[in-house]
Amino acid sequence: MKALTEMNPRLRAWLGFGLGALVLFAAAPALLSDFRLSLLAKYLCFAIVAVGIGLAWGRGGLLTLGQGVFFGLGGYAMAMHLKLADAGPGNMPDFMELYGQLDELPAWWAPFANPAFALAATVLLPMLVAFGLGTLVFRRRVRGAYFAILSQALAAAMVILLIGQQGTTGGTNGLTDIDGFFGYDLDDPVNQRMVYFIIAAVLLGLLALTRQLMRSRYGELLVAVRDSEERVRFLGYNPANVKLVAYVVAAGMAGLAGALFVPAVGIISPALIGIVPSIEFVIGVAVGGRAALLGPVLGAVAVAWAKTALSERFPGTWTYLQGAMFVLVVAFLPGGLASLWGMVRRRRETPPAPAPVTGDQALIKEVAV
Amino acid sequence: MTAGGLSIRGLRVVFDGFVAVDGVDLDVAPGDIRFLIGPNGAGKTTLVDAVTGLVKASGSVRFGETELLGRDVHRIARLGVGRTFQTAALFEELTVLQNLDIAAGAGRGPWTMLRTRRAVPDDVAFALEAIGLAGRRDTLAGTLAHGQKQWLEIGMLLVQNARLLLLDEPVAGMSHEEREATGELLGKIAADRTVVVIEHDMDFLRRFARTVTVLHAGKVLSEGTVAQVQADPKVQEVYLGHAAAESEAVEA
Repeated sequence: MKALTEMNPRLRAWLGFGLGALVLFAAAPALLSDFRLSLLAKYLCFAIVAVGIGLAWGRGGLLTLGQGVFFGLGGYAMAMHLKLADAGPGNMPDFMELYGQLDELPAWWAPFANPAFALAATVLLPMLVAFGLGTLVFRRRVRGAYFAILSQALAAAMVILLIGQQGTTGGTNGLTDIDGFFGYDLDDPVNQRMVYFIIAAVLLGLLALTRQLMRSRYGELLVAVRDSEERVRFLGYNPANVKLVAYVVAAGMAGLAGALFVPAVGIISPALIGIVPSIEFVIGVAVGGRAALLGPVLGAVAVAWAKTALSERFPGTWTYLQGAMFVLVVAFLPGGLASLWGMVRRRRETPPAPAPVTGDQALIKEVAV
Repeated sequence: MTAGGLSIRGLRVVFDGFVAVDGVDLDVAPGDIRFLIGPNGAGKTTLVDAVTGLVKASGSVRFGETELLGRDVHRIARLGVGRTFQTAALFEELTVLQNLDIAAGAGRGPWTMLRTRRAVPDDVAFALEAIGLAGRRDTLAGTLAHGQKQWLEIGMLLVQNARLLLLDEPVAGMSHEEREATGELLGKIAADRTVVVIEHDMDFLRRFARTVTVLHAGKVLSEGTVAQVQADPKVQEVYLGHAAAESEAVEA
């Protein structure tokens, strides 16, 4: 273990990514049934959202209780395209025919028939919304609990809007029965497996991106803004812009996760993006360790897995267990499970006096796990 | 007025009807070390808050040829105005080096920001030496001793390239040796900068002040060299009336 901590951080990172790739691309497909693998695909989508929350909340101090909004924007953008593709050129999606309120496709649906537009929208649309909202909110110095409540209210508003516009959004049911994914049949297990691989690759890619962001000068500045926003302002930076970048990046990640969730699960609906799922994203991140790079990923997967496993066996008690887990972690382990690693390491270190650390090692401690 | 100096005219700060600073005129020339003293509530910190854009004020504050009032805090900082706080406000979870590097970087472009720091920038290395923390550059700022934290704050002003330094009680809580070191550091950096220090410590003031302004109830009560201010009967009266303990220090 000691050898691992003294290793060159770049080498450590490559080893970590190699190990992650091995687990995701070799071990998981070999060991898990098709059903479990498709569940893992879903969990990895939550993990992608969690990476973004880790950046915005763990490093930037922005408690984003409304990531479901961006997850939903990405998910709906993807589902709209897939529904149009399923229906075929010139036809309306099945649910619109069923409700019979519309004579023709609404104008705002039309561009999503174009796959390039839809794909770009899954990421850019959430980023655009986050940019608009973040600009307003951060410049007015809304922060802390007020920011959290505001972001949560946005999730509630989006759900109400979607349900109210049943004719064009599918209402409470959402967009369901998605069969194809860019010409591939999603009922085919081989194609499901391919979707899983795409999600795993995106997760690893975004982890690499986030690692670079956290280690960069921007990452240091983001921590500085989190800990002492006023001081940063007196050094000549505008903290609103610093926070805005983290918020917009996190929104883009949530949007991409939502877009990948649709082919993995076959549905997107208001119940998947409202206040409760938004809070569940945050719980996973808190349990795993919000300020670490891998903490949010492991936390999101662990909490989602526990939810499935426990609600299979003890339906009804999951909500309480989840609440208890969140309270326990917040009260006794504010750094999440990821901080256990650092605690064990510190306990093993002798002598207990703080040894002189080099810059690289200090960074490892920060990015630890 | 000399270029690069601080020039305040008719500065007035009002909080909900309470006049904290009431028509202050103040000129500090480049190279000066001006001490601001006065009883609690005299408006010293509020004056610094107004100059740095933290509180709204009327009147005029010019640094060099530039009017500061009405600008955002971070814009004023970019014009070369730096300050410290009564309680050291560092980024405690970051190292000494990271603190200084952030202070040095307000002008960096996005591309530089998104990359990892490869080497210690020259100005940061210089500041590390100047504040005597070169050996502790990888220590977390939160674990530094009190005096070292204040020095790090001053170091951050140096790399920020502040031309006007506003220091709020920089030696409070410091040992005698630390005060001496801080005073000498101030003397060195004042050569090509304008320095304003809020301080209660009269020994420190006598040793290192070049000029002194006494504030009382939001107004300038007296101004001049240390000897002139000490001899001013108005100053003695205010200090006797408001803070007996401090008056001894002034008269001593």
